[in-house]
Amino acid sequence: MKRIDCLSAIYDSLEDCAVVTIMGAVAVELYSLGHRANFFYLEHAMGLASSIGLGIALAQPNRKVVVIDGDGSVLMNLGTLTTLARYAPGNLTHIVFDNESLLSVGGFPTATSTGSDIGLMASGAGIEHSVTVRELDAFVAEATEAVESDRLSCVVAKVEAVGPAGFHMDLHMLENRFEFPRALRLQDEKQAEPPPRPDPRGAEPLTDEPAHPH
Amino acid sequence: MPVSETNSKIIYEALKASGVGVMSALPETWLVHLIRMAEDDPDMALVRLAKEEEGVGIAAGAHFGGARSALLMQNHGFLQSINGIVSLALLYKIPLLMLISDRGHLGEPDPWQTEGGRYTRPVLDALRIVYDELGDPADVDAKVAKAMTLAQSSLSPVALLLTRDLMWERR
Repeated sequence: MKRIDCLSAIYDSLEDCAVVTIMGAVAVELYSLGHRANFFYLEHAMGLASSIGLGIALAQPNRKVVVIDGDGSVLMNLGTLTTLARYAPGNLTHIVFDNESLLSVGGFPTATSTGSDIGLMASGAGIEHSVTVRELDAFVAEATEAVESDRLSCVVAKVEAVGPAGFHMDLHMLENRFEFPRALRLQDEKQAEPPPRPDPRGAEPLTDEPAHPH
Repeated sequence: MPVSETNSKIIYEALKASGVGVMSALPETWLVHLIRMAEDDPDMALVRLAKEEEGVGIAAGAHFGGARSALLMQNHGFLQSINGIVSLALLYKIPLLMLISDRGHLGEPDPWQTEGGRYTRPVLDALRIVYDELGDPADVDAKVAKAMTLAQSSLSPVALLLTRDLMWERR
C-alpha cells in the first residue's frame, strides 16, 4: 500500500475538515493532489502536528479535524497519545502513515521497523478506537468512518517507504500559516446564517473608536 | 498549603479577563491552585500535558481555531519546550502566552530546583522573547493584559515569570 494512494482515496472527504499534516513526503503528496486552504503543512516541529490538531479540536468542537502524521513524528512525542486519549475530542481523527522509516531525511529505519507498534501504543494510551490497516480498501473504510464518526480515532496505515520525486511546494510556510485560519473562518461564515442587513435609514455608527487611533 | 490561593485567583481572573479559553499546563507545586481553578471552570478548556512542548502545539491549534490560550509550566518545562517554541511558535509566528514558575531564586529550599532558574532569563533573551516578572499582586491584572496584547499583536511568544514573592504565602 502506498501513502499517495491512501491520500488520493480520502482526498474528497477532507474538503470541509481542518487538516494538519507533518513535513516532508506527507505534505508534498497531499499538496500534489491539489492544495486547499484548509490544509496546514507543519514543516518543522516534529511531533507537534497532533498537538496542533488537539488545539483546533478543542477551540472548534463542531469542526472535523484530521491530523495526518507519520511514525517518525509520533515516536518523537509519544506523550501526545495519552493527551489525545485523555480529552478524546470526538471531532479529531489521527491518521498515522507508518513506513517504518525517516524517509524524507534518507530512509533511516525507525523503531516501528523493529517491532514497536503505534496502533497498540495508541490503544495502550487509552484511545479506544485504534486500528492498524495494511490494505487500501481497509484504510479507506476505516479513515472515512473515523472522520464521519463522533469519536476520537487513530488509524495507523502501514505503507511502503516510497515518496515523491521532489519536495518543492510553491507555497511559503507563512502564506500557508495565514491562509489556514482564514479558510476556517470563511468555512464558518459560509455555514452560518447570513448576518441581518443593516437598515440604512436608522444607521448608527458601529463603534465610537476612530478608525485609525494613531 | 503555603502556595497563595489569593494571588493564584488574581492571576486566573486576569487570564480570563484577557480572553483565555484554552489553558495547557503541566502541574507543579506553585500552579496547583491555578490548575484547580481551570478544572472547576466550565468555560475553560484545560489540557493537562504529558510534556510541556505539546502545549506549544495546542497554542498554535487554538490560535488557528480562533481561541486565546495560555501555557503554564515551570522553568524546566520552558527549557523542555525550546524546540517547539523555535520551530513552531517563532518560525510560524504564533501568539504564545507563557506563565512560567520561576523556581530556583532567593528563598528556594529545594536543591533540585536551584539550577533551572539560572538559565531561564538568558534563554529567553537568546530567543528575543519579551518577558516580565509578576511579583506584586497589584500589577498582575495589567501585566497579564499587556502580555496578551503583545502576544496577539506581535504573533510571538511572550513570557510572564511567576516569582516566589507572588506565589508563596508569607507566614
